[in-house]
Amino acid sequence: MTAPAVTAIQAPLVEMRNISVSFGGVRAVHNVTIDLRPGEVIGLVGGNGAGKSTLMRALSGAHKADSGDILIDGNVVTIANPRDAKALAIETIYQTLALADNLSAPDNMFLGRELVSGVGSLDDSAMESATRNVMGRLNPNFKAFTQPVRRLSGGQRQAVAIARAVHFNARIIIMDEPTAALGPAETAQVRNLIRQLKNEGIGIFLVSHDIHDVFDLSDRISVMYHGQLVDTVNKADVQPDDVLGMIILGKKPGEVTKSELDSLR
Amino acid sequence: MAEATPVTEKTSAPAAGQRSVRSLLASLEIDTRLLGMIAATVVVWVVFNFASDGLFLSPRNLWNLSVQSAAVGIMTTGMVMIIVSRNIDLSIGSILAITALVMALLQTEWLPNALGLGLNSPFIWIIALVIGIALGALIGGLNGFLVAYAGIPSFVVTLGAMLIWRGASFGLVSGRTIGPLDLTFQLIGGGPKGSLGDSLSWLVAAIAIVAIAYGLIASRRRRRRYGFPVRPVWADVTLGVVASLIVAGAVWVANSYPWPPGLALEYAQAHGIQVPPGGLVIPTGIAIPVLIAIGLAVAMTFLANRRRFGRYVFAIGGNPEAAELAGINTKRTIMKTFVLMGMLAAAAAAVTSARLNAATNGLGTGIELQVIAAAVIGGTSFAGGIGTIAGGVLGAVVIQSLQSGMVLISVPTALQDIVIGIVLVAAVGFDTFVNRRKPGVR
Repeated sequence: MTAPAVTAIQAPLVEMRNISVSFGGVRAVHNVTIDLRPGEVIGLVGGNGAGKSTLMRALSGAHKADSGDILIDGNVVTIANPRDAKALAIETIYQTLALADNLSAPDNMFLGRELVSGVGSLDDSAMESATRNVMGRLNPNFKAFTQPVRRLSGGQRQAVAIARAVHFNARIIIMDEPTAALGPAETAQVRNLIRQLKNEGIGIFLVSHDIHDVFDLSDRISVMYHGQLVDTVNKADVQPDDVLGMIILGKKPGEVTKSELDSLR
Repeated sequence: MAEATPVTEKTSAPAAGQRSVRSLLASLEIDTRLLGMIAATVVVWVVFNFASDGLFLSPRNLWNLSVQSAAVGIMTTGMVMIIVSRNIDLSIGSILAITALVMALLQTEWLPNALGLGLNSPFIWIIALVIGIALGALIGGLNGFLVAYAGIPSFVVTLGAMLIWRGASFGLVSGRTIGPLDLTFQLIGGGPKGSLGDSLSWLVAAIAIVAIAYGLIASRRRRRRYGFPVRPVWADVTLGVVASLIVAGAVWVANSYPWPPGLALEYAQAHGIQVPPGGLVIPTGIAIPVLIAIGLAVAMTFLANRRRFGRYVFAIGGNPEAAELAGINTKRTIMKTFVLMGMLAAAAAAVTSARLNAATNGLGTGIELQVIAAAVIGGTSFAGGIGTIAGGVLGAVVIQSLQSGMVLISVPTALQDIVIGIVLVAAVGFDTFVNRRKPGVR
């Protein structure tokens, strides 16, 4: 794996070394190594069942990896559950958004990290105030602070999920298909947000099916195929067709034969 | 009601009447579901009152109704939390029996003999109560452990527990009735002596009214501090006045129910009081079990709305996976709901056995169904994530109103159960219908 020259001086924010995850007898992720630097967007791509979401779930604490090491700032850490990940400033925006539909936007934003008063009672006003602040930045049109999020539109729900990741000073954000359920305007908003977060020095894993999203936003692209890492490439060094070949055939650009490449077209 | 609507709301467009009612409710920020239930309860009461020639709304009947609702009401506060978290507890009737028996045996046999305290020692009732509630917590904790950590469905765990603890209850006493109970303990069950009398009842009312006023003012101040929109002043004042009137009215009714003449005469003789010509009138006031039920309902509401635990229960009910991913310890939260349920069942056991002045192994048979019905009539959804403690308690009052009302107007027993069954299904059917028409609810 070749590290790009521009970012080589910076210490990796995240390193996932030789990670394997199995479900029953099925190896969903096998011996995968990837890394992420501050202010970098890694596009993590692959077909259905390639293992990209599973790999990210190991980092977000939703599933413990069976083997391999996770290093943050060069130190080996244990991530056994979502609490561990959050304590390491790793935030995740899940494809399903992971919102409790019966609760309001502030309730969801602070779920598991509620603001409480001196005697340990929930301080709903403080939480609503903080949510209004974050939303003022992310989505100024957002006004639904008291109704359950099930009444909100797809874009508003997405905004709640993103606000939750952004508010708690994340250093690492995992976005699993962040634009899959959004319209064009909302997609553009999310893209802008990703650039903004990147400029703030946050490292982002962007899991996506959408090759255009990935090419537009990523610095490097890691391709997974049947649970294994095909390769990590600099965006500048490849064409979308090369990446497509990696996704579909599971081979590095140089290994693909002419006839295989033609068969893709 | 419509007079209170601000003038600006009335000026515009057709359907203004309907709109202004809706905007009035919006300004008051009252749970419309709860309001509908209160309205339905009032209708039930008025109908029974006509059918019974004014007997139903007599202080005596209302006082009895409050005492009869206490045990189911206490347990419903816990059942709401259990159902909100997508579980069920069928074992509460059996927990009630075993804890009632243990408390009764402690008072009548174990403590007087073992500790040499003697019958009716001032410590016995409290020791028995504490041990009983601890036992309830233990049994509930066992249920909760099997549900949360072993992953066995709560229906199965608590169905098993229902059989196990009912059997254990029979085994413990071999069908004997354990009683009479400690004199102080009996007060927990109510009755004229187990009530507050008029001055203490008015004191409770005064405290409640001060608390209501404080709550409204504090919430206003909090929202002001963050610059959020607050309710109009008239809305807060209306709310406060209506709530205070309800409290005062309830206490007035409880105080209007005098002690039975025989008991009053006995009391007068024992205390050397001169009996006036019309007989001595001693106001009964709020019954202790009712005070316990109200206190527990307030505490459970606080727990549900203002503590992390409650927030997590609702989050788990709304989306268990999201709760887990948010870092909530969902297993511990679920276990806690069952521990609480066990403790509340033990509290209900104290109330029920104290009222009967005895405990039997058949105590609380079938009460779990009444409690579940009360929670569901009160708007608790089996889909999880939706329900209120207040609604559940009101549901308990509705069920008890139907039952005692039908007894009062001599409805045949068979028909009584049929009516309650119909009301249960109709209430949930109505909820489903209303929710389907609401935008965004699936």
